[in-house]
Amino acid sequence: MPHFVVVGAGECGARAAFALREKGFEGDITLIGAEPVAPYERPPLSKEGLVHAHEPKFVAALERYAEQGIDLRLGIDATDIDPTGKVVTLTDGERLSYDKLLLATGASARSFPGIAGTGERIRMLRSQADALALRAALLPGRHVAIIGGGFIGLELAATARRLGADATVIEGLPRVLKRGVPEAIAELITQRHRQEGVDIRCDETIVAVEEGTDSAIVRLASGKEISADLVLIGIGAQPNVALAEKAGLAIDNGIAVNERLETSAADVYAAGDCCSFPLALYGGRRVRLESWRNAQEQGTLAAANLLGAENSISAVPWFWSDQYDLTLQIAGLADGAATMLRRDLGEDAFILFHLDETGRLLAASGIGRGNAVARDIRLAEMLIAARICADPAALTASHVKLKSLLAV
Amino acid sequence: MSGNWIEVCAADAIDEEDVMRFDHGGRTFAIYRSPEDDYFATDGLCTHEQIHLADGLVMDNIIECPKHNGRFDYRTGEAKGAPVCVNLKTYPVRVENGTVFIAV
Repeated sequence: MPHFVVVGAGECGARAAFALREKGFEGDITLIGAEPVAPYERPPLSKEGLVHAHEPKFVAALERYAEQGIDLRLGIDATDIDPTGKVVTLTDGERLSYDKLLLATGASARSFPGIAGTGERIRMLRSQADALALRAALLPGRHVAIIGGGFIGLELAATARRLGADATVIEGLPRVLKRGVPEAIAELITQRHRQEGVDIRCDETIVAVEEGTDSAIVRLASGKEISADLVLIGIGAQPNVALAEKAGLAIDNGIAVNERLETSAADVYAAGDCCSFPLALYGGRRVRLESWRNAQEQGTLAAANLLGAENSISAVPWFWSDQYDLTLQIAGLADGAATMLRRDLGEDAFILFHLDETGRLLAASGIGRGNAVARDIRLAEMLIAARICADPAALTASHVKLKSLLAV
Repeated sequence: MSGNWIEVCAADAIDEEDVMRFDHGGRTFAIYRSPEDDYFATDGLCTHEQIHLADGLVMDNIIECPKHNGRFDYRTGEAKGAPVCVNLKTYPVRVENGTVFIAV
């Protein structure tokens, strides 16, 4: 009976394990999870899930793993891979032979340079355990200083305000959401945070973060100091590549895989936040995506390929963020765009289309209340995947249904 | 109309291959019009995270949730794979004199 091992029991690894069964695999499946908790969805941890942090949203009920014959090992990690002998060694010393191996090791929160670690008043957010600790600390009237004006930092600021805490966001760049979000949308989000009482400070360089008994202090290059009850570091994530690197696998901003998610070692695949891959839709440029949808899709794709398919990655990158009642959605990659067009959807919702110099749609970025932009962003994603050069007048005219452009 | 048939809207209020939200009695429903001009009704909230399905995209007899892209066959309510695994309830629909009714 063949034995497939999945290292990493996050969204991607769990999805891959279930997808193997859905695709008819009858061999043994072992799913290795370093955290002591069953696979859960990570996006809520900075949003609604943080408000109710006591229980995560599980990818599947625990009994489903047993029903599907998935040997889920929790609270244990892989320490070594021998790609020649096809063996994975676990933290308890057990050695598992595999026929195919999937690395879905995810990413870890990036720590701030110069800060040795985290403490009672200096926190990062990546896991359910982090969220539980953070929830206990985010009390009404407390002041939280958030380092980083990216998605995580801003979502945490919105959640802190909802919980009655004061929030200051410190960003080193001239504006928030500099990476991948158009200025018009970032500006709207900034305004909304300020209306909600969040102190957003851009263009600030942090020289030190000091933890005291009663407070933590963020010292800025400008000479100013921000005193807070809690400092949250939200400056992105780095791929978990240590295991792959030790095994001699190729690394390139993540575990390097080809368009079929194959690593440089035979019968070893990688998927999700931990890997970088060539994206044919954007000229084969190598990217690494940290998103829930990507983790899901690559988990499913990896399962098919573990079973002998040779499917290539074709998905359009897609991200979303919720802050207050606003939802931001982005499909595609906008860098390299020559033109930007705006489509108004009413009630302050709008979409920006990003086109290359030939008029081909590269990306679409939308913002609005609730799911106001969701349907059109989904259609834009299909237009991007179909490599369509849409009529600019049709893109900007809100009475023209985007669905109609797909038929062209 | 008699029994528990509830008037929803004019039949042409829903575009072809589209969906509309309908709230009634503290519940929310999604009403669909297929490309063949048949009408269907399901519960209005995704079984994954209670998101309004009427904000989602209808295509090829599938309603896709706007938030996490969970998919259902709107004719049968069948969940079509992760992240959704619980089917939607469906409700009988009839169209009389250009008006859509559902039985709830």
